[in-house]
Amino acid sequence: MMTRRVYRSIRLGLKTLTLHKLRSFLTMLGVVFGVASVVAMLAVGEGASREALDQIRKLGSTNIMLTSVKPVETEARTVSPWSMSMYGLLYEDQRRAQEAFATIRRTVPVKIIRKEGRLGARKLDLRIVGTTPDWFDLVRRDVIAGRALTARDAERRASLVVLTEFGARRLLATEQTIGHTLRIGGEYYEVIGIVQSEAGQGGAMQTPDQQIDAYIPIEVARERYGDISQIVTSGSILRESVELHQLIVEVDQVEHVEATAAGLESMLRRFHPRMDYRISVPLGLLREAEATKRRFNIVLGSIAGISLLVGGIGIMNIMLASVTERTREIGIRRAVGAKRSQIITQFLIETTVLSTTGGAVGLALGLTIPWIIELAADMPTVVTGYSLVLAVGISLSVGLVFGIYPARHAANLDPIEALRHE
Amino acid sequence: MTQPVGAPSARGMPNGADLVCLEDITKIYQVGDTEVRALDGLTVSFQRGSFWAIMGPSGSGKSTLLNLLGCLDRPTAGRYVLEGQDVADLDDNALSTIRLRHIGFIFQSFNLIPQLTVRENIELPLFYLDWNPDRSRARAEETAARLGLSDRLNHRPAELSGGQQQRVAIARALAANPNMLLADEPTGNLDSATGAQIMAVLTELNQQGKTIIMVTHETDIARHARQRLHMRDGRIDSMEGAAA
Ligand SMILES: Nc1ncnc2c1ncn2[C@@H]1O[C@H](COP(=O)(O)OP(=O)(O)OP(=O)(O)O)[C@@H](O)[C@H]1O
Ligand SMILES: [Mg+2]
Repeated sequence: MMTRRVYRSIRLGLKTLTLHKLRSFLTMLGVVFGVASVVAMLAVGEGASREALDQIRKLGSTNIMLTSVKPVETEARTVSPWSMSMYGLLYEDQRRAQEAFATIRRTVPVKIIRKEGRLGARKLDLRIVGTTPDWFDLVRRDVIAGRALTARDAERRASLVVLTEFGARRLLATEQTIGHTLRIGGEYYEVIGIVQSEAGQGGAMQTPDQQIDAYIPIEVARERYGDISQIVTSGSILRESVELHQLIVEVDQVEHVEATAAGLESMLRRFHPRMDYRISVPLGLLREAEATKRRFNIVLGSIAGISLLVGGIGIMNIMLASVTERTREIGIRRAVGAKRSQIITQFLIETTVLSTTGGAVGLALGLTIPWIIELAADMPTVVTGYSLVLAVGISLSVGLVFGIYPARHAANLDPIEALRHE
Repeated sequence: MTQPVGAPSARGMPNGADLVCLEDITKIYQVGDTEVRALDGLTVSFQRGSFWAIMGPSGSGKSTLLNLLGCLDRPTAGRYVLEGQDVADLDDNALSTIRLRHIGFIFQSFNLIPQLTVRENIELPLFYLDWNPDRSRARAEETAARLGLSDRLNHRPAELSGGQQQRVAIARALAANPNMLLADEPTGNLDSATGAQIMAVLTELNQQGKTIIMVTHETDIARHARQRLHMRDGRIDSMEGAAA
C-alpha cells in the first residue's frame, strides 16, 4: 500500500526533476562534492593509516625499544684527542629490567660494531650486530636461506654470521654461499643464513634493523671487539665506550606495554641521569598514528560537512522556490483530498530523490578520486564498505533534513489561497 | 444516509432527502481592522439529486459558500451536516478524507496539474485513495470514455482545448465516484458553445444521480440547473425551483 505510493511519488519526483534538468543538476552539486569528499577522504585516510599500522606491526606491538644515545654535553667536552666518552645502556640495565618487571617476557641485547666485511673479492661496510637468537623472534624477520642463530651457537661462541638479503646481494652471496667464509676485520665467520630486511622500505618509522646488518652471537662480539670503539675523524680520534647499543624488550601482553614502558623509563632515569638513552614504543607510535588519522578525519570531515551543509541549503532553497512555483498544484492536490502528511511525503521524496541522485554521482566521483591519487601520487588508498554506506546515509539524511522545512511549508499552505495562486 | 437523532426541526434542518444542511453559517474574514462578513447567518439545505445554480453579484459570497460546502474551509460559526455527519468541527485530515470520498471539484480555470498526463490527472484522487494501479487505470479509462477523452489519455493538459481540459477536470471529479459535484463558474473560461457542451455533461450527470451545486453569474448557464439560489451580501436573496 504505502510502498506503491512511495514508488509512484518517486516516479513523479524524477519527472519533476527532469523537467528542470540544469536546475536539478546545479542543486545537486553541493551533495555531489560533499559525498565525493567524504568517500575520497575515507579512502585516503584508511590507506595512510593501514600503511602506518603495517609498519608499526613490523616493529612488533608488544616490543619496547631502548637505544643508547650519546649525551649532548659529552660531545661538547671532547677537547682532548684521547678523551673517551662512556655512555649508554649497560648489561646491568638488562638484568635489572628482567628482574624488576614481571610483565617483561624477554630482553634482547644488541651490540653494534662497524666493520668492513669481505666475501671473496667483494667488500661491504657492515653493521655488525651482536645479539641473541631471540632477536629473530622479536623483530620477526623471515629467514630466506639457511638458518638464523640458535642458542647452541651462542653457547659455543661460534664464529657464525647471518646476512641480510641486501647485504647478501651486495656481496654476491647466494644460497650456495652458505657455509662459505666472511671476513670481518681480521676475523673469519661462517655464513649460515640470509634473512629478510624490512628497513629502508620507506616510511618515517625507525626499525631495529638496517640493510647492511650482519648478525653474530653477542658473546662473540663482546669477546672480539669489546666495548670500546674508535672513530677516526679529521685530526682527532673519538673513542667511545658503550656496553649495549640497543635493548629490545618484549612485554607479555599488549595491555601491559605502556605501563611497562613508563616503569622502564623511571627506572632508567634513576641510573642514567645524563639521559643517554631513548625509549620508543611501537604501540605508542600506533596510538599516535591513530590520533593523526583522527585529526585528519576531523579536518576533511569538516570540509565535507561544510559542503554538505551548503549543498543542503541549496536543496532547501530550490525546494522552497519549487513549492512557490507549484503552489497551485499543491492547492489542487489538497482540494482533491490529499492530506497534509501526503503533501509532506511528496516533497520529501522529491528532495530525497534529488539528494540521493547527487549522492550517487558523488559516490562515483569519490571512488574515482582515490584511484587518481593512487596513480598520480603513489599513495595507497582503501575504499571500505563502510564509506559506501555512509555516502548513502549522508545523502538520504541531507534530503530529509533540508527537505522537511519546504515540505511542511507546502503542506501548511491554505488550499483556497493556493488554488487562487497564479 | 442516516439522519442524526434529535436534529432540530428548524427550516433547512436535515431530513432524509437532504445531502447537505447549513444552519446559521457565518464566515468572517478579518482584513486589517475591518471584518468582512462573506457569509452572514446562512441557513440552507440541498437535497440529494438536486442541481443548483448559485447566483448573485460579485462579492456576495458564492465562492465562499462553495468552499465551505466542499470542506476546503471552515465556517466561523454555524453547523454543517454532510451526509448526516457534522463536519464543522472536523480536523484537517478528516476534511481531506471527506473531500476525497464525497466531493468532486470543478473550477473555472480547470486546475489540472500541467506535468501530469490526462490519465494521471484523472487518477489523482485514486492515487490518494491508494487504489492498485490496474484498477485505477481501468477507472480512469472508463471515466475518460464517458467524457469522450479516450484518445487524449496520454496528452498533457496544455495540448488540449479549454473544453477538453474542463472535461478532464470533470473526469477527475468523478473518478472516485462522489455524490456531490461542486463547480465554481465551470464555463467562465469557455466560449458559449463549449460552455453549453459542458452544461450538457453536467445535466447528464445530474440525471444519473449526482448532486451538483454550481456557481455562475450567467443566466443562460443557470437555466440548465433545476434549482436556483440568489445571494446578496452573504445571505440568501431568493430561491426558485426548490422542492418543497
Ligand atoms: N481570503 C479572504 N480574505 C478576505 N476577504 C475575503 C477572502 N475571500 C473572500 N473575501 C471577501 O468575501 C466576500 C465574498 O467573496 P466571494 O469570493 O465569496 O465572492 P463571490 O460571490 O464568489 O464573488 P465573484 O462573483 O466575484 O466570484 C468578498 O467581499 C470578498 O472580498
Ligand atoms: Mg467567486
